[in-house]
Amino acid sequence: MLTNRSQTVAKKEMTLVERLYLPAILHGMKITVSHFFKKKVTINYPEERREFAKVYRGQHVLKRDDKGAERCTACGLCAVACPAEAITMVASERKKGEENLYREEKYASVYEINMLRCIFCGLCEDACPKEAIFLTDRIVPSTFDRGSNIYGKDILVETMEKRIDISPRQTKEVLDFKTHKEYAHNKL
Amino acid sequence: MPKVTIDGQTIEVPNGTTILEAARMIGGKSVPPAMCYYSKLKETGGYCRTCIVNVSKGSEKDPRPMPKPVPSCRTTVMDGMEVQNLTSPALLEARAGVVEFLLLNHPLDCPICDQAGECHLQDLGYENGKSKTRYEFARREFEPIDIGEKIKLHMKRCIHCFRCVKLADQLTPNRYQGMLNRGDHSEISTYIQHAVDNEFSGNMIDVCPVGALTDKTFRFKSRVWFVKPEDAHRKCPTCAGKARIWLKGEEVLRVTGRKDKYGEVIDWICNECRFDKKKTSDWVIEGPTHIDHHSVISMNHYETLVDLKHETDNHRKQLTNKKVNLGQGALDPNNS
Repeated sequence: MLTNRSQTVAKKEMTLVERLYLPAILHGMKITVSHFFKKKVTINYPEERREFAKVYRGQHVLKRDDKGAERCTACGLCAVACPAEAITMVASERKKGEENLYREEKYASVYEINMLRCIFCGLCEDACPKEAIFLTDRIVPSTFDRGSNIYGKDILVETMEKRIDISPRQTKEVLDFKTHKEYAHNKL
Repeated sequence: MPKVTIDGQTIEVPNGTTILEAARMIGGKSVPPAMCYYSKLKETGGYCRTCIVNVSKGSEKDPRPMPKPVPSCRTTVMDGMEVQNLTSPALLEARAGVVEFLLLNHPLDCPICDQAGECHLQDLGYENGKSKTRYEFARREFEPIDIGEKIKLHMKRCIHCFRCVKLADQLTPNRYQGMLNRGDHSEISTYIQHAVDNEFSGNMIDVCPVGALTDKTFRFKSRVWFVKPEDAHRKCPTCAGKARIWLKGEEVLRVTGRKDKYGEVIDWICNECRFDKKKTSDWVIEGPTHIDHHSVISMNHYETLVDLKHETDNHRKQLTNKKVNLGQGALDPNNS
C-alpha cells in the first residue's frame, strides 16, 4: 500500500459474449492486421541508417590538436562531472622530447571510459577545459563480453589520418567564441 | 576593550586586534579573504591587498571615515570603529580590481596544477573576480625548479605573498630563502638553489596559497578531489605528528598539515612525516576530515549529505525569519 493506488480484484463470472472468446479474438486480429498496412518502424541496420540529430551523443573521442598532440591533460574534471563515475585516468609528466605528442606538461597515460556505465549525458564534454573530449554521432558497438566495453586510449584517441569532425555539434556561440584568437583558450 | 562594528555586527575585542582578526572572531561571510596574511606566522600580511575593507567611521573620538580602503590584516581596531566589507559595493569593486591584478601574471594552468581544488586563488577569483582578463600581454614564464629534493617551485604561479619567506625566516635559524628583484620581475629564490634541508621546510608547501610550491612526491599523482582526506597521527620525535593523510584506496598519496577553516595549518609537521611516511600502517587514523560541501574535494564524500540537510534546513529557517524581519534594514548577523 505504498502508493494508495492498489485495487482489489473481483473475480466475476464471465458473460456469454466473453465466454464465446471469438469477439475478443477478432478484436485482437483487427489490431494485428491493421499494422500490416502501417509504415514500418524498423530499418535494416547497418545497410540503412537513420538520420541523426546534429547533437546526438554517441561514442566519445579524445581530440588531438592541429599539430597532432593530444589535448587531454588529465585534469580530472570530466571524471568528477561524470554522474555515472564511468571515467578513470592516470596522469603522467611529459618528458623532454615528447612535446609533439602531448600539448601540456601533464598528460593522461591511462584514460578509460566504462561504456557499460556511461549514460551518454555529455557532461564530460561540458566540463572539459581543454576541448579534448567530445561525444560523436558514432554508435557504440554491442559486444558479447563485459571486458571489451572498457574503452582505453587506443580506441578513444583519434588518429591524425582519420580525424573526427565535431564542429557540426558546436553551437553558434561556441563557434563565435573560437574566432576570438586573443583569448588564451583559443591560441595554438 | 575597543568595540568594533563590522557590517553591522558589533564585537568587543582586546587592544591591538586587527580588523581581520576581529572579523574572524565574528565569523561568517563578513570575514575578508586573505592571501598573504597567516595567523600562525609573525609579521605576515599587507602584501596582497585582498583583505581591504572600508572604514566608514574611524573611532568614537575621531569619527571621520578613512579616505581609502585599508588592509584589514594590518589595521588595528579603534573604539567605536565602523567597518564595511560586504555592505560597501565600491569596496567589492575595488577588491575585484585587486583580484584582477593578482591574476595578471598567474597562468591559466589549473588543469595541470596540483593545487587546483584547494587553491585559495581559485576560490578568491571565483568569489570576487571577473571571468575575463583585460591584460593583453604575455604572462611571465619561468621554468619550474626544484627546491631541495621534495619541493617543486613553479615561479610563474607565485603571487608574492611572502608566506614561505616568513616561514623560512621563523622556523629556521639560518635564512635560506628570499625574494629577488622587484615588481613584475620578483621571484622567490633560495640563492642559487641552495638546498633547503631544514626538517620543517615542507611546511612551505602548506602555507603557499597557490600552486607555486608543491609536493614532488604527490606531483601529478592524483587530483585532490579523487583522494580521501583523513585526520591521522603518529608518534614523531621531531613534530607533534598530527597530520592529514590523503588516501586513495590503501595508499597514502600525500601528507599535509591539518588546516583550519581559513586554510591555515594548525600544527607544523616535519619532513619525515610529510615525505617518508607513505603507508597506512605508519599512521593511526582518527577519522575522515570534514570538508565543507562548497569545496570540490567533498565530491562523493557522503558524510556531507547530512550537513547539506542541516544547512538547507537552516537556510529555510533564515528565509522565513527574513520574511518576518523584512524592512528592518540591518544586516542580519545570523545570515551567514
